Amino acid sequence: MAGTRGVAWKIGGDQGEGIDSTGDALATVANRMGYYVYGYKTFSSRIKGGHTNYKVRVATLPVEATTDTTDVLVALNQETIDKNVAEVPLGGLVLADAAFHPVLPAHRTGVHLIELPLTLIAKELGSVLMRNMVAVGASAALMNLPLAPFQDYVARRFGSKGEAVVGPNQAAVQRGYDQIRAEAGHLTQIRLGEPHPGDRVVITGNDALALGALAGGCRIMAAYPITPASDVMEALTKWMPLVGGVVVQSEDEIAAINLVIGAGFTGARAMTATSGPGFSLMQEALGLASMTETPVVVADIQRSGPSTGMPTKQEQSDLMQMLNGSHGESPRIVLTPSSIPEAFADGMDAFNLAEQYQCPVLIASDLSLGLWTQSVERSVLDRARVPIVRGPMVTERELADVPAGQFKRYALTESGVSPRSVPGMKHGQFLATGAEHAESGKVSEDPANRTQMMQKRFRKLDGFTRDAVFREGPLDADVTLLAVGSTVGILREAQGLLEAEGHRVGLVWLRVLAPFPTRAVIEALAGSRRVLVVEQNATGQVLSLLRTHGVGHEPRFHSFLKYDGVPFTPGEVVEQAAAVLDLAEVL
Amino acid sequence: MATLADFKTTEKSWWCPGCGDFGVLAALQKSLVALDLDPEQLAIVAGIGCSGKIGNYVNGYNLHVVHGRVLPSAMGVKLANRDLTVIGTGGDGDAYAIGMGHFMHALRRNVNMTYLVMDNHIYGLTKGQYSPTSDTGFKTKTTPAGNIEQPVHPLTTAVAGGATFVAQGFSSWQPQLADLIQAGVRHPGFALINIISPCVTYNKVNTYDWYKQNLTNLANDDAYDPTDRVAALTKLNATDELVTGLIYRDPTSVPYEDRVAHLSKEPLAHQDAPVAQAVWDKILTQLG
Repeated sequence: MAGTRGVAWKIGGDQGEGIDSTGDALATVANRMGYYVYGYKTFSSRIKGGHTNYKVRVATLPVEATTDTTDVLVALNQETIDKNVAEVPLGGLVLADAAFHPVLPAHRTGVHLIELPLTLIAKELGSVLMRNMVAVGASAALMNLPLAPFQDYVARRFGSKGEAVVGPNQAAVQRGYDQIRAEAGHLTQIRLGEPHPGDRVVITGNDALALGALAGGCRIMAAYPITPASDVMEALTKWMPLVGGVVVQSEDEIAAINLVIGAGFTGARAMTATSGPGFSLMQEALGLASMTETPVVVADIQRSGPSTGMPTKQEQSDLMQMLNGSHGESPRIVLTPSSIPEAFADGMDAFNLAEQYQCPVLIASDLSLGLWTQSVERSVLDRARVPIVRGPMVTERELADVPAGQFKRYALTESGVSPRSVPGMKHGQFLATGAEHAESGKVSEDPANRTQMMQKRFRKLDGFTRDAVFREGPLDADVTLLAVGSTVGILREAQGLLEAEGHRVGLVWLRVLAPFPTRAVIEALAGSRRVLVVEQNATGQVLSLLRTHGVGHEPRFHSFLKYDGVPFTPGEVVEQAAAVLDLAEVL
Repeated sequence: MATLADFKTTEKSWWCPGCGDFGVLAALQKSLVALDLDPEQLAIVAGIGCSGKIGNYVNGYNLHVVHGRVLPSAMGVKLANRDLTVIGTGGDGDAYAIGMGHFMHALRRNVNMTYLVMDNHIYGLTKGQYSPTSDTGFKTKTTPAGNIEQPVHPLTTAVAGGATFVAQGFSSWQPQLADLIQAGVRHPGFALINIISPCVTYNKVNTYDWYKQNLTNLANDDAYDPTDRVAALTKLNATDELVTGLIYRDPTSVPYEDRVAHLSKEPLAHQDAPVAQAVWDKILTQLG
């Protein structure tokens, strides 16, 4: 219950009871102290009531996944105990508000139930609202963390409200801390180890994506609120005024993507962010962007589908829609960030890629990456990580030599990318139309022209260069774990656990799904005895994609799927990998 | 200064001889000259249908979008470059059927642009189905026994929906139509100009002659005050929207882009610098 894997703490109660702010408090303080944190929330599509919980993993090394177990469970109601006590290991702690007369299920032995009058203490201090702060102080004591950083946090967080708020909240933290030290300090065996102080922030993948977009020159964002993508829009709404940009909350996702197309046509860097249902509505417009060779950036923070599905639950099931959605055949670039740094990088790079290749760039994030918090080095969030490169454009000097109305916006070039003009450039006028068109942009149904234009649009991606496949671990692994998105962090954790058991384990993750990096995938997997493709959907979309490109037909490839809305745990992956490793040799 | 020739393209028209859209095109091109615009400062966003082809014939930056999405695309164009003159074009199906949702929201947002709706009460390019402005009883391929639905009332809807400029023109009445287009472009906000543009092929009821007999011209009514919202609604109700001229104008209109806090005065399209370090530091500090 210590060491690099750290400690897992969880608070649970009804939605609307301040569970989020309590978890944020612990995550923020632990991060400031120099620990690495990973925050994981379970919630439902409702505002008040219903069980919710927030798990914070605190470790001395970077962590990118939640754990199978919970070392400290803070329960604000009996339901929290009933639903979560199974993951508390032997010797684990359950801290419960005495107010609801908590009981452990009869079969749960070896777990310490610590009753603390959270509600009573809070009331004594002036308000039941401070119950969570009592729990924070008690948690600090149970995790053997110093109290001072928590008191600093309270002072900063409530500072603007004055001493009348700060004082009682600090007292609440103190009371929780003192009472545990006095009455239950002997029960805790938790020793976190020395932190590694650094300059880190705790942010979500959605925050990172929005930051990347801003750094990448995005100045127009249009979106319609949807879980779990709304906070990309909310973050940019906060920041856009600082750079003179604008966020439009459009009437629907169709308006959002079409607004982005208008802005991209005009030469501004623009994006939208949505989830599955909204992305479905954008399909027709993606074809327009592709046909008119207009740069657009769309982030799909995937959630459980189809239809409304489970809006607050994790899934990676929009991949095929991102790769192939929209009628007809239209080239696009699909990026799959798997971590906070990658979400930042992809949010930034997407705009360069969109203008370089003049086509839609789709970012396939997912709920777990989008919403859960992680410690990240501030230096990773470098606003000048890559320069802003506008892609092929004509100059007004070049246009001066073009006879009026003769500019060939869709000139057939070797690369397939044609230098573009934007409104305002003299002699650069052209028609951008979703109808098939000739080099000038004029509508054409000539068969030879049609063939050339289809080839031109697809040819653009032949020259696509971006590191697309990443690998860790030995090339000649007993088993290589392969995934995209937030699943990668879970696999990295599982890889460590399997290696500790003596296995040679590789980890491969894809950063680009389209254009598909066939050769790089083949090379990354060439020496592996077995490959386990782990993905959170029911039909194995990543493995299907591999197979479409001629990879993954051999018997050494195995699929591990989950589509219950709950992310894989490292333990589940370890178990499945072990089962695959136990299979008779197939090579 | 640009001339009429500067706003023409070499594209041959796909419209039927006698189509009302020719009159709209002529009035638009005349207006662009009268407004002293240059082709590179003009962005036309066109929808799908016969009317959507108008952009093919006007020299400017033309974006021909998917069916019904003219208004969000045009808003994107305007937000990206506030210096452009943005004109949206489409037909009654594009605007009031598939695009009706966007229409309602464009009215209340009031982006500085002009929207020309070529209204012929019929779906022409798909060869003769009823449209949202078709009259009750109107017989088409999809209403063989006569239309059982009521037509939408776009002008009344616009005034009630918060529009700051509402006008109606008739493609045959060129001087008035050109005046309305110019007034619409000059209006600081969203200007709706519904233009009666008869379909000579599929609408044998609402013909040029029929309109000439049934239209009331507000230009002949000296007492009419287009800044009086209630009077506008009353007039539209009394004439069943068979009226041409400037119907309503809000003299206090402030366009959307002027109400966006801290929106850059320079076109966003021209910005390609990274975020300033001081701004970046401020944002990262807020992250905690």
